[in-house]
Amino acid sequence: MCQSCGCGDAEIVALDIHDKVLAANDRMALHNRGHFAQRGILALNLMGSPGAGKTAIVEATSSALKGRARLGAVSGDLATDRDARRLRQAGVPALTITTGAACHLDAAMVHRALDSFRSAALDIFVIENVGNLVCPAIYDLGQAANVVALSVTEGEDKPLKYPPIFRAADLVLLTKIDLLPHLPGLSVAAFEESLSHVMPEPRIIPISARTGEGISDWIDWITDRLAASSAVPSPQGEQQT
Amino acid sequence: MHEYSIVQALLARVEQEARARGASAVLRVRVRVGAVSGVEPELLACAYEFFRVRTLCERAELNIDRVEEQWACQACRTTVERGAVLICPRCGAPARLTQGDEIMLERIEMEVP
Ligand SMILES: Nc1nc2c(ncn2[C@@H]2O[C@H](COP(=O)(O)OP(=O)(O)OP(=O)(O)O)[C@@H](O)[C@H]2O)c(=O)[nH]1
Ligand SMILES: [Mg+2]
Ligand SMILES: [Zn+2]
Repeated sequence: MCQSCGCGDAEIVALDIHDKVLAANDRMALHNRGHFAQRGILALNLMGSPGAGKTAIVEATSSALKGRARLGAVSGDLATDRDARRLRQAGVPALTITTGAACHLDAAMVHRALDSFRSAALDIFVIENVGNLVCPAIYDLGQAANVVALSVTEGEDKPLKYPPIFRAADLVLLTKIDLLPHLPGLSVAAFEESLSHVMPEPRIIPISARTGEGISDWIDWITDRLAASSAVPSPQGEQQT
Repeated sequence: MHEYSIVQALLARVEQEARARGASAVLRVRVRVGAVSGVEPELLACAYEFFRVRTLCERAELNIDRVEEQWACQACRTTVERGAVLICPRCGAPARLTQGDEIMLERIEMEVP
């Protein structure tokens, strides 16, 4: 190119990047993970379809753990404050993260919300994601574990139709099992079978928030995780802001 | 539709890289999208058309390379068929996804005056 006037052909430059498109979200998630680790908080990313029973799980968990562990929660919601209000009524410090048009939470949204929990002494922090079986699976939030709520009325084929979220799950809570008697032909085994095609080490706990069935197994799972998360100090503990 | 958020993250990264090198325009953006990444290439392309307007990528073509889903045994590396029970047929260990969940920015081509 002509140096004096800038005329002539521009140069075509190719640049290899080879990095995750969501690298910035992943960095923020790592930062959140540091916050949780430093405060010894077990963070759970609770995902599932609209109406799968996510808020009901948090309500049941809070009453089962009363006096044993302190819960906090945020609920991702497109527009309303209903879930967080339900949780506050159940005695859980809870906030809504209003996502507007977004169908999922991302790490930055969770980070902003964490500010409001700065002074709260918590053992468990539940991030109730937006009701959706597709989008939330892609975004790391800084959680210690992904829990997917799948209600029996959704049908046993959902893991086969929405593999990414189930592949990302550490645990599937099969919810509303009190309804199984009304669903001829459906069984816990049918859900286990379809999960085994998308989740290499399927872990499924059938529960009913309505009758309390299975809740103690779920509480055992949490308690094991709690013990693990407070025993292992995180190497990211000092990256705080 | 998270493809909108993905495209916004993609454009932000591409613009950052392009500006750092004094580019006047981006001509091509190449990404790799796994078959089970949760991203639909068609929706991604559609969201890109919408968001590239009035950015450095206004004239840039988006190339999407699709990556097949592949599973292999964690222990002995035997291939486990997609859609099968995800347990090694040889040794019984759980399988692991070896490719197919990536959402990667691979390469950009830009015009530097
Ligand atoms: N029978 C039965 N109904 C349940 C159970 N758990 C939740 N429900 C009902 O299912 C509906 C949805 O429950 P929620 O807890 O609001 O579900 P959610 O997943 O939080 O819903 P969104 O946040 O709106 O996506 C409510 O009407 C609950 O009463 C259960 O164990 N058994
Ligand atoms: Mg809810
Ligand atoms: Zn093997």
